[in-house]
Amino acid sequence: MASRKTSHPNRDNEDKYSVLLPTYNERENLPLIVWLLVKYFGESGYNYEIIVIDDGSPDGTLEIAEQLQKIYGEDKILLRPREKKLGLGTAYIHGIKHATGNFIFIMDADLSHHPKFIPEFIEKQKEGNYDLVSGTRYQGNGGVYGWDLRRKLIRLRFNFLLFSTVFPSLVRSRGANFLTQVLLRPGASDLTGSFRLYKKKVLESLVERCVSKGYVFQMEMIVRARQLNYTIGEVPISFVDRVYGESKLGGNEIVSFVKGLLTLFATT
Amino acid sequence: MTKLLEWLFGVSFVLVAWAVVSFDLLDLSLPQTYREVAWPMPLYLLVSFGCYSLATVGYRVATFNDCEEAAKELQEQIKEAKEDLRKKGLKM
Ligand SMILES: Nc1nc2c(ncn2[C@@H]2O[C@H](COP(=O)(O)OP(=O)(O)O)[C@@H](O)[C@H]2O)c(=O)[nH]1
Ligand SMILES: [Mg+2]
Repeated sequence: MASRKTSHPNRDNEDKYSVLLPTYNERENLPLIVWLLVKYFGESGYNYEIIVIDDGSPDGTLEIAEQLQKIYGEDKILLRPREKKLGLGTAYIHGIKHATGNFIFIMDADLSHHPKFIPEFIEKQKEGNYDLVSGTRYQGNGGVYGWDLRRKLIRLRFNFLLFSTVFPSLVRSRGANFLTQVLLRPGASDLTGSFRLYKKKVLESLVERCVSKGYVFQMEMIVRARQLNYTIGEVPISFVDRVYGESKLGGNEIVSFVKGLLTLFATT
Repeated sequence: MTKLLEWLFGVSFVLVAWAVVSFDLLDLSLPQTYREVAWPMPLYLLVSFGCYSLATVGYRVATFNDCEEAAKELQEQIKEAKEDLRKKGLKM
Protein backbone atom coordinates (compact mmCIF):
# COMPACT_ATOMS: atom_id res chain seq x y z
CA MET A 1 0.00 0.00 0.00
CA ALA A 2 2.76 2.40 0.91
CA SER A 3 4.23 2.10 -2.56
CA ARG A 4 1.09 3.51 -4.14
CA LYS A 5 1.05 6.64 -2.08
CA THR A 6 3.30 8.58 -4.38
CA SER A 7 1.06 8.44 -7.42
CA HIS A 8 -2.01 9.65 -5.49
CA PRO A 9 -1.34 12.74 -3.44
CA ASN A 10 -4.29 12.27 -1.10
CA ARG A 11 -4.35 8.53 -0.67
CA ASP A 12 -2.85 8.62 2.81
CA ASN A 13 -5.57 11.00 3.90
CA GLU A 14 -7.76 9.35 6.54
CA ASP A 15 -10.90 11.17 5.47
CA LYS A 16 -13.59 9.42 3.54
CA TYR A 17 -16.23 11.10 1.43
CA SER A 18 -19.65 9.57 0.94
CA VAL A 19 -21.55 10.97 -2.02
CA LEU A 20 -25.31 10.72 -1.72
CA LEU A 21 -27.06 10.48 -5.06
CA PRO A 22 -30.83 10.47 -4.80
CA THR A 23 -32.35 9.41 -8.07
CA TYR A 24 -35.79 9.34 -9.55
CA ASN A 25 -35.95 8.52 -13.25
CA GLU A 26 -32.29 9.31 -13.90
CA ARG A 27 -31.55 6.32 -16.09
CA GLU A 28 -29.62 8.41 -18.60
CA ASN A 29 -27.85 10.65 -16.13
CA LEU A 30 -26.75 8.13 -13.51
CA PRO A 31 -24.00 6.38 -15.51
CA LEU A 32 -22.60 9.73 -16.59
CA ILE A 33 -22.51 11.28 -13.14
CA VAL A 34 -20.97 8.12 -11.70
CA TRP A 35 -18.35 8.08 -14.43
CA LEU A 36 -17.45 11.70 -13.70
CA LEU A 37 -17.33 11.08 -9.95
CA VAL A 38 -15.01 8.12 -10.40
CA LYS A 39 -12.85 10.19 -12.71
CA TYR A 40 -12.41 13.18 -10.40
CA PHE A 41 -12.12 11.19 -7.19
CA GLY A 42 -9.67 8.91 -8.92
CA GLU A 43 -7.51 11.79 -10.12
CA SER A 44 -7.43 13.53 -6.76
CA GLY A 45 -6.98 10.27 -4.85
CA TYR A 46 -9.44 10.95 -2.05
CA ASN A 47 -11.16 8.02 -0.40
CA TYR A 48 -14.84 7.83 -1.42
CA GLU A 49 -18.02 5.88 -1.88
CA ILE A 50 -21.14 6.62 -3.92
CA ILE A 51 -24.50 5.85 -2.39
CA VAL A 52 -27.37 5.65 -4.85
CA ILE A 53 -30.78 6.10 -3.30
CA ASP A 54 -33.32 5.23 -5.94
CA ASP A 55 -37.00 5.56 -5.19
CA GLY A 56 -38.37 2.78 -7.36
CA SER A 57 -37.94 4.74 -10.60
CA PRO A 58 -40.22 3.30 -13.26
CA ASP A 59 -37.57 3.94 -15.94
CA GLY A 60 -35.24 1.27 -14.52
CA THR A 61 -32.61 3.50 -12.93
CA LEU A 62 -31.92 0.80 -10.37
CA GLU A 63 -31.08 -1.76 -13.03
CA ILE A 64 -28.51 0.64 -14.49
CA ALA A 65 -27.14 1.26 -11.01
CA GLU A 66 -26.64 -2.49 -10.55
CA GLN A 67 -24.65 -2.64 -13.76
CA LEU A 68 -22.51 0.26 -12.56
CA GLN A 69 -21.91 -1.53 -9.30
CA LYS A 70 -20.57 -4.51 -11.22
CA ILE A 71 -18.26 -2.27 -13.21
CA TYR A 72 -16.88 -0.14 -10.39
CA GLY A 73 -17.15 -2.49 -7.44
CA GLU A 74 -19.39 -2.88 -4.41
CA ASP A 75 -17.07 -0.88 -2.20
CA LYS A 76 -17.40 2.17 -4.45
CA ILE A 77 -21.05 2.00 -5.49
CA LEU A 78 -23.57 1.25 -2.78
CA LEU A 79 -27.22 0.74 -3.61
CA ARG A 80 -29.76 1.71 -1.00
CA PRO A 81 -33.03 1.74 -2.94
CA ARG A 82 -36.47 2.35 -1.52
CA GLU A 83 -39.77 0.94 -2.70
CA LYS A 84 -41.48 4.10 -3.83
CA LYS A 85 -41.03 7.84 -4.24
CA LEU A 86 -40.78 9.18 -0.72
CA GLY A 87 -39.18 12.54 -1.39
CA LEU A 88 -35.75 14.08 -1.40
CA GLY A 89 -35.47 14.96 2.29
CA THR A 90 -36.05 11.43 3.52
CA ALA A 91 -33.79 10.11 0.76
CA TYR A 92 -30.90 11.98 2.38
CA ILE A 93 -31.77 10.67 5.84
CA HIS A 94 -31.89 7.17 4.42
CA GLY A 95 -28.53 7.66 2.71
CA ILE A 96 -26.78 9.09 5.78
CA LYS A 97 -27.67 6.00 7.76
CA HIS A 98 -25.65 3.89 5.37
CA ALA A 99 -22.75 6.28 4.83
CA THR A 100 -19.39 5.15 6.18
CA GLY A 101 -17.47 8.34 5.42
CA ASN A 102 -16.82 11.12 7.91
CA PHE A 103 -17.76 13.65 5.24
CA ILE A 104 -20.85 13.67 3.06
CA PHE A 105 -21.42 15.22 -0.34
CA ILE A 106 -24.94 15.97 -1.38
CA MET A 107 -25.55 16.61 -5.03
CA ASP A 108 -28.14 16.12 -7.73
CA ALA A 109 -27.74 13.20 -10.08
CA ASP A 110 -28.94 15.16 -13.10
CA LEU A 111 -25.51 16.53 -14.14
CA SER A 112 -26.36 20.08 -13.15
CA HIS A 113 -23.75 19.66 -10.42
CA HIS A 114 -20.41 18.82 -11.97
CA PRO A 115 -18.04 16.54 -10.01
CA LYS A 116 -15.07 18.58 -11.21
CA PHE A 117 -15.75 20.94 -8.31
CA ILE A 118 -15.34 18.20 -5.72
CA PRO A 119 -11.62 18.73 -5.11
CA GLU A 120 -12.32 22.44 -4.64
CA PHE A 121 -14.98 21.69 -2.04
CA ILE A 122 -12.57 19.44 -0.17
CA GLU A 123 -9.72 21.94 -0.25
CA LYS A 124 -12.03 24.70 0.88
CA GLN A 125 -13.26 22.56 3.76
CA LYS A 126 -9.73 21.82 4.90
CA GLU A 127 -8.68 25.43 4.53
CA GLY A 128 -11.02 26.66 7.26
CA ASN A 129 -12.06 23.36 8.83
CA TYR A 130 -15.59 24.38 7.83
CA ASP A 131 -18.61 22.46 9.08
CA LEU A 132 -20.12 22.71 5.65
CA VAL A 133 -19.12 23.99 2.25
CA SER A 134 -21.83 25.18 -0.08
CA GLY A 135 -21.62 25.61 -3.85
CA THR A 136 -22.77 29.01 -5.01
CA ARG A 137 -23.93 30.09 -8.43
CA TYR A 138 -23.97 33.72 -7.47
CA GLN A 139 -20.34 34.46 -6.70
CA GLY A 140 -16.95 34.55 -8.34
CA ASN A 141 -16.86 32.38 -11.43
CA GLY A 142 -20.14 30.79 -10.53
CA GLY A 143 -23.07 30.96 -12.92
CA VAL A 144 -25.75 29.06 -14.74
CA TYR A 145 -26.36 27.70 -18.19
CA GLY A 146 -29.74 27.11 -19.75
CA TRP A 147 -31.84 29.61 -17.85
CA ASP A 148 -33.88 32.18 -19.70
CA LEU A 149 -34.28 35.74 -18.52
CA ARG A 150 -37.52 34.95 -16.71
CA ARG A 151 -35.93 32.16 -14.71
CA LYS A 152 -32.91 34.28 -13.83
CA LEU A 153 -35.17 37.07 -12.68
CA ILE A 154 -37.29 34.82 -10.50
CA ARG A 155 -34.30 33.07 -8.97
CA LEU A 156 -32.37 36.24 -8.31
CA ARG A 157 -35.29 38.12 -6.88
CA PHE A 158 -35.98 35.13 -4.73
CA ASN A 159 -32.45 34.96 -3.47
CA PHE A 160 -32.39 38.68 -2.88
CA LEU A 161 -35.61 38.76 -0.89
CA LEU A 162 -34.68 35.75 1.16
CA PHE A 163 -31.34 37.11 2.02
CA SER A 164 -32.47 40.54 3.03
CA THR A 165 -35.48 39.36 5.00
CA VAL A 166 -34.34 36.16 6.61
CA PHE A 167 -30.75 37.10 7.27
CA PRO A 168 -30.54 40.65 8.56
CA SER A 169 -29.14 39.35 11.81
CA LEU A 170 -26.53 37.32 9.99
CA VAL A 171 -25.61 40.34 7.92
CA ARG A 172 -25.21 42.43 11.05
CA SER A 173 -23.27 39.80 12.93
CA ARG A 174 -20.68 39.75 10.21
CA GLY A 175 -19.41 42.94 11.76
CA ALA A 176 -19.83 45.55 9.08
CA ASN A 177 -22.68 47.96 8.87
CA PHE A 178 -26.00 46.61 7.79
CA LEU A 179 -26.65 48.78 4.79
CA THR A 180 -23.34 48.27 3.05
CA GLN A 181 -23.63 44.57 3.67
CA VAL A 182 -27.09 44.48 2.19
CA LEU A 183 -25.81 46.50 -0.71
CA LEU A 184 -22.97 44.13 -1.40
CA ARG A 185 -23.99 40.76 -0.06
CA PRO A 186 -27.55 39.70 -0.82
CA GLY A 187 -27.76 36.88 -3.25
CA ALA A 188 -24.14 36.01 -2.69
CA SER A 189 -25.04 32.93 -0.75
CA ASP A 190 -26.77 30.28 -2.78
CA LEU A 191 -29.60 29.26 -0.54
CA THR A 192 -31.53 27.00 -2.84
CA GLY A 193 -28.60 25.21 -4.38
CA SER A 194 -27.92 21.73 -3.20
CA PHE A 195 -24.32 20.94 -4.06
CA ARG A 196 -22.79 20.81 -0.62
CA LEU A 197 -20.18 19.07 1.50
CA TYR A 198 -20.95 18.41 5.16
CA LYS A 199 -19.17 16.92 8.10
CA LYS A 200 -21.24 13.84 8.75
CA LYS A 201 -22.09 14.80 12.33
CA VAL A 202 -23.18 18.25 11.24
CA LEU A 203 -25.44 16.91 8.54
CA GLU A 204 -27.01 14.47 10.96
CA SER A 205 -27.82 17.16 13.46
CA LEU A 206 -29.20 19.44 10.74
CA VAL A 207 -31.37 16.80 9.13
CA GLU A 208 -32.83 15.98 12.52
CA ARG A 209 -34.01 19.55 12.92
CA CYS A 210 -35.34 20.23 9.47
CA VAL A 211 -39.06 19.99 8.97
CA SER A 212 -39.67 21.13 5.42
CA LYS A 213 -39.83 19.04 2.29
CA GLY A 214 -38.46 19.16 -1.23
CA TYR A 215 -37.41 22.50 -2.57
CA VAL A 216 -37.49 24.34 0.75
CA PHE A 217 -35.41 21.66 2.45
CA GLN A 218 -32.10 22.97 1.05
CA MET A 219 -32.80 26.45 2.29
CA GLU A 220 -33.85 25.32 5.68
CA MET A 221 -30.63 23.34 6.03
CA ILE A 222 -28.50 26.38 5.48
CA VAL A 223 -30.66 28.70 7.57
CA ARG A 224 -30.50 26.28 10.48
CA ALA A 225 -26.78 25.85 9.99
CA ARG A 226 -26.35 29.60 10.43
CA GLN A 227 -28.60 29.52 13.47
CA LEU A 228 -26.56 26.80 15.09
CA ASN A 229 -23.38 28.75 14.37
CA TYR A 230 -21.89 26.15 12.10
CA THR A 231 -19.14 27.57 9.93
CA ILE A 232 -19.86 27.76 6.22
CA GLY A 233 -17.44 27.98 3.32
CA GLU A 234 -18.46 28.79 -0.23
CA VAL A 235 -17.19 27.56 -3.58
CA PRO A 236 -18.34 29.16 -6.85
CA ILE A 237 -19.88 26.56 -9.15
CA SER A 238 -21.28 26.61 -12.64
CA PHE A 239 -24.70 25.10 -12.89
CA VAL A 240 -25.65 23.53 -16.21
CA ASP A 241 -29.35 22.81 -16.26
CA ARG A 242 -30.20 19.19 -16.86
CA VAL A 243 -29.71 17.79 -20.34
CA TYR A 244 -31.61 14.51 -19.92
CA GLY A 245 -34.90 13.81 -18.20
CA GLU A 246 -37.07 16.34 -16.50
CA SER A 247 -37.11 18.23 -13.25
CA LYS A 248 -39.20 16.68 -10.50
CA LEU A 249 -39.14 19.63 -8.20
CA GLY A 250 -39.63 22.42 -10.73
CA GLY A 251 -43.38 22.94 -10.56
CA ASN A 252 -44.50 26.50 -10.28
CA GLU A 253 -41.45 28.39 -9.13
CA ILE A 254 -43.36 31.38 -7.92
CA VAL A 255 -45.52 29.22 -5.69
CA SER A 256 -42.45 27.43 -4.32
CA PHE A 257 -40.87 30.81 -3.74
CA VAL A 258 -43.69 32.16 -1.62
CA LYS A 259 -44.04 28.87 0.20
CA GLY A 260 -40.33 28.71 0.97
CA LEU A 261 -40.19 32.23 2.25
CA LEU A 262 -43.24 31.81 4.47
CA THR A 263 -42.05 28.47 5.82
CA LEU A 264 -38.68 29.85 6.82
CA PHE A 265 -40.32 32.94 8.18
CA ALA A 266 -42.65 31.05 10.44
CA THR A 267 -40.36 28.26 11.55
CA THR A 268 -36.95 29.79 12.14
CA MET B 1 -38.78 33.89 18.48
CA THR B 2 -39.35 33.23 14.82
CA LYS B 3 -38.39 35.63 12.06
CA LEU B 4 -42.07 36.30 11.52
CA LEU B 5 -42.50 37.58 15.08
CA GLU B 6 -39.30 39.59 14.91
CA TRP B 7 -40.61 41.32 11.84
CA LEU B 8 -44.05 41.93 13.30
CA PHE B 9 -42.45 43.55 16.35
CA GLY B 10 -40.10 45.61 14.25
CA VAL B 11 -42.79 46.82 11.89
CA SER B 12 -45.27 47.70 14.63
CA PHE B 13 -42.58 49.56 16.55
CA VAL B 14 -41.74 51.68 13.52
CA LEU B 15 -45.44 52.27 12.77
CA VAL B 16 -46.12 53.44 16.31
CA ALA B 17 -43.12 55.77 16.27
CA TRP B 18 -44.26 57.14 12.95
CA ALA B 19 -47.82 57.70 14.17
CA VAL B 20 -46.64 59.37 17.35
CA VAL B 21 -44.60 61.89 15.43
CA SER B 22 -46.86 62.58 12.50
CA PHE B 23 -50.11 62.86 14.46
CA ASP B 24 -48.50 64.10 17.65
CA LEU B 25 -50.34 61.46 19.67
CA LEU B 26 -48.52 62.20 22.92
CA ASP B 27 -49.02 65.96 22.75
CA LEU B 28 -45.30 66.56 22.66
CA SER B 29 -45.96 69.77 20.75
CA LEU B 30 -43.25 68.93 18.23
CA PRO B 31 -42.42 71.57 15.65
CA GLN B 32 -44.64 71.50 12.57
CA THR B 33 -41.65 70.60 10.33
CA TYR B 34 -41.14 67.27 12.13
CA ARG B 35 -44.68 66.27 11.33
CA GLU B 36 -44.37 67.35 7.74
CA VAL B 37 -41.22 65.31 7.25
CA ALA B 38 -42.48 62.25 9.12
CA TRP B 39 -45.87 62.03 7.46
CA PRO B 40 -44.80 60.90 3.95
CA MET B 41 -41.73 59.03 5.22
CA PRO B 42 -43.11 55.46 4.81
CA LEU B 43 -43.87 56.17 1.18
CA TYR B 44 -40.37 57.51 0.57
CA LEU B 45 -38.81 54.50 2.23
CA LEU B 46 -40.97 52.09 0.30
CA VAL B 47 -40.19 53.72 -3.01
CA SER B 48 -36.46 53.86 -2.35
CA PHE B 49 -36.37 50.25 -1.22
CA GLY B 50 -38.24 49.32 -4.39
CA CYS B 51 -35.79 51.23 -6.56
CA TYR B 52 -32.85 49.73 -4.77
CA SER B 53 -34.22 46.18 -5.18
CA LEU B 54 -34.94 46.76 -8.85
CA ALA B 55 -31.49 48.14 -9.45
CA THR B 56 -29.74 45.30 -7.61
CA VAL B 57 -31.73 42.56 -9.26
CA GLY B 58 -31.40 44.22 -12.66
CA TYR B 59 -27.67 44.51 -12.25
CA ARG B 60 -27.34 40.91 -11.17
CA VAL B 61 -29.44 39.59 -14.02
CA ALA B 62 -27.34 41.58 -16.46
CA THR B 63 -24.06 40.31 -15.02
CA PHE B 64 -25.17 36.74 -14.32
CA ASN B 65 -22.54 34.41 -15.75
CA ASP B 66 -23.71 32.33 -18.69
CA CYS B 67 -21.59 29.24 -18.42
CA GLU B 68 -21.28 28.42 -22.12
CA GLU B 69 -17.87 26.91 -21.57
CA ALA B 70 -19.09 24.63 -18.82
CA ALA B 71 -21.97 23.43 -20.98
CA LYS B 72 -19.62 22.66 -23.85
CA GLU B 73 -17.16 20.84 -21.62
CA LEU B 74 -19.98 18.75 -20.20
CA GLN B 75 -21.17 17.78 -23.67
CA GLU B 76 -17.69 16.56 -24.59
CA GLN B 77 -17.37 14.62 -21.37
CA ILE B 78 -20.75 13.02 -21.88
CA LYS B 79 -19.56 11.66 -25.22
CA GLU B 80 -16.33 10.39 -23.69
CA ALA B 81 -18.17 8.81 -20.78
CA LYS B 82 -20.68 7.03 -22.99
CA GLU B 83 -17.95 5.53 -25.09
CA ASP B 84 -15.92 4.41 -22.10
CA LEU B 85 -18.95 2.94 -20.35
CA ARG B 86 -19.93 1.01 -23.44
CA LYS B 87 -16.42 -0.46 -23.52
CA LYS B 88 -16.74 -1.43 -19.89
CA GLY B 89 -19.90 -3.36 -20.78
CA LEU B 90 -22.72 -1.07 -19.69
CA LYS B 91 -25.98 -1.69 -21.53
CA MET B 92 -28.13 1.40 -21.67
N1 LIG C 1 -34.67 9.28 -4.27
C1 LIG C 1 -35.33 10.36 -4.73
N2 LIG C 1 -34.69 11.25 -5.52
C2 LIG C 1 -35.37 12.33 -5.97
C3 LIG C 1 -36.73 12.56 -5.65
N3 LIG C 1 -37.11 13.72 -6.24
C4 LIG C 1 -36.05 14.18 -6.91
N4 LIG C 1 -34.98 13.35 -6.77
C5 LIG C 1 -33.61 13.53 -7.29
O1 LIG C 1 -33.11 14.72 -6.73
C6 LIG C 1 -32.30 15.41 -7.65
C7 LIG C 1 -32.83 16.82 -7.92
O2 LIG C 1 -34.08 16.76 -8.55
P1 LIG C 1 -34.48 17.64 -9.81
O3 LIG C 1 -35.71 17.06 -10.37
O4 LIG C 1 -33.33 17.80 -10.74
O5 LIG C 1 -34.79 19.03 -9.10
P2 LIG C 1 -34.41 20.50 -9.60
O6 LIG C 1 -32.97 20.48 -9.99
O7 LIG C 1 -34.70 21.39 -8.44
O8 LIG C 1 -35.30 20.77 -10.75
C8 LIG C 1 -32.23 14.54 -8.88
O9 LIG C 1 -31.08 13.76 -8.80
C9 LIG C 1 -33.51 13.70 -8.77
O10 LIG C 1 -33.38 12.47 -9.43
C10 LIG C 1 -37.39 11.58 -4.80
O11 LIG C 1 -38.55 11.70 -4.46
N5 LIG C 1 -36.64 10.52 -4.38
MG1 LIG D 1 -31.99 19.48 -11.32
